Amino acid sequence: MDTNVITIEHLKKSFGKNQVLKDINLNIVKGENLVVCGKSGSGKSVLIKCLVGLIEPDGGKVVLLGKDIDGLDSTALNELRKKVGFLFQSAALYDSMNVRENLSFPLRDLKSKSPEDIEALVVEALANVGLEDVAEKMPSELSGGQRKRIGLARTLILKPEIILYDEPTTGLDPITSKEISQLILDIQKKYNTTSIIITHDVECMRITSNRMIIIKDGVSVAEGTFDELSASDDEWVRSFFQ
Amino acid sequence: MPDEMKSTATDKVTARIPAVYTNALTGFFEAATSGSLFTIRFFKEIVKPRYEFSEFLKQSYLIGYKSFPLVAITGFIMGLVLTIQSRPTLVQFGAESWLPAMVAISIIREIGPVITALIFAGKVGSGIGAELASMKVTEQIDAMEVSGNNPYKYLVVTRVMAATLMLPVLVTIADAIALYGAYVGVNLQGNVSFHLFFLQVFEKLEFLDVFPALIKTFFFGFSVGIIGCYKGYNATKGTEGVGESANSAVVFASLAVFIIDMVAVQITSLFI
Ligand SMILES: Nc1ncnc2c1ncn2[C@@H]1O[C@H](COP(=O)(O)OP(=O)(O)OP(=O)(O)O)[C@@H](O)[C@H]1O
Ligand SMILES: [Mg+2]
Repeated sequence: MDTNVITIEHLKKSFGKNQVLKDINLNIVKGENLVVCGKSGSGKSVLIKCLVGLIEPDGGKVVLLGKDIDGLDSTALNELRKKVGFLFQSAALYDSMNVRENLSFPLRDLKSKSPEDIEALVVEALANVGLEDVAEKMPSELSGGQRKRIGLARTLILKPEIILYDEPTTGLDPITSKEISQLILDIQKKYNTTSIIITHDVECMRITSNRMIIIKDGVSVAEGTFDELSASDDEWVRSFFQ
Repeated sequence: MPDEMKSTATDKVTARIPAVYTNALTGFFEAATSGSLFTIRFFKEIVKPRYEFSEFLKQSYLIGYKSFPLVAITGFIMGLVLTIQSRPTLVQFGAESWLPAMVAISIIREIGPVITALIFAGKVGSGIGAELASMKVTEQIDAMEVSGNNPYKYLVVTRVMAATLMLPVLVTIADAIALYGAYVGVNLQGNVSFHLFFLQVFEKLEFLDVFPALIKTFFFGFSVGIIGCYKGYNATKGTEGVGESANSAVVFASLAVFIIDMVAVQITSLFI
């Protein structure tokens, strides 16, 4: 039986007069990779921020791992958030901490982890993104692409059940982009994670997606597999694949 | 006109108040409400574990130790200048021997705490405001939140605690250095031994000079910390928001220092 890991019903969000999300409905099952496309400013980032309670929706319902996030108190919400990884579009590395401290920050609450365990996880996470030798560097000493990859490593370190990727490959060269896309796929295969991937990168969509949706004017206007949508009759939909 | 006839008296009055004022007023009450909620949250979070002890120590070091040179220099100058300025008046009244005690009382009761707190507001308040604001606009605070860690506890509680506990220490040091400055000032045109100077000072100093002055510095420190954090935590509008937060943190923290000082004086005078 397919179990819904993420359920979104009639999600609405406006900022003042700017109606960003009008009526979003989504069901994502365990182990699925869903790619979300849409023009810049169509509300993709807002959508995944609503999922983790960073932005409070104006209406509708979000259920993550069987829990309605609206009804959770802060402790329960924090517990739930530990099971959800979030890669920020801007990477959002902590400026005042070096790479090692950045990576171990999400682990700090876990009393079961000894310093050796944490170090092993950090090393593993750095190896995953191909940056073994930057542990002592500060974020300001990294290139944009390296920051992005460290952000990804930090997202993956808790081995979350759900991962929300906001443009994981933007700003990376084609080779690294492909490696990151491959990594996203490997993680899905290895840990059976459920992911939402926001991307404009056709290669990344092709590699990672099981299903795709395209958002326009606050609603999902097209849904299907990569092959279906890239061969769509609608020229506007096809334009995302060029 | 039927429309006009329908409108009530209050509508007419409010219609005459320009929108600027009503906006400013609602803005003020909104800020007051969210500021109060932010402060109440501090007292809720501080009692709940997990205690971010190492971050608190780090902030105490950054806030306390790094402000030390500035506070020391201003303290010395404060004592020296106050002594030089006060001498002619006291000489006129033939009360030159009162100089050490008078200067000491002014420093310890009022000038030491207030000047140090203002410098603290300028250095630490703006620092906290800018740091948290830049973390806010680059989504670092959001990132802490989604990783299931409580950024309020990690960032705000530690900084406010460090500011609250470090300012009294800094003021005490500034007072001591200012007294030394006063001793130097006295000796520019006279000859009073170190021993005699401090004998004269401590003879006149009373519990009610020292204790209330010390207590109020905790409040100064708290308000500088909480205002800096509030302004930073609620920064908006990208990078320009960072400058704005730092700036208004200093303005409001300095204002808060004066207001608290005024209240403290009123309360103290009940006992004297
Ligand atoms: N905190 C906020 N306050 C006000 N408006 C916001 C806020 N966050 C987003 N918006 C608005 O919501 C709209 C959607 O923003 P969002 O960041 O979700 O776009 P996006 O689809 O992720 O675009 P991009 O591909 O450029 O990242 C934009 O018009 C933006 O101005
Ligand atoms: Mg976005």
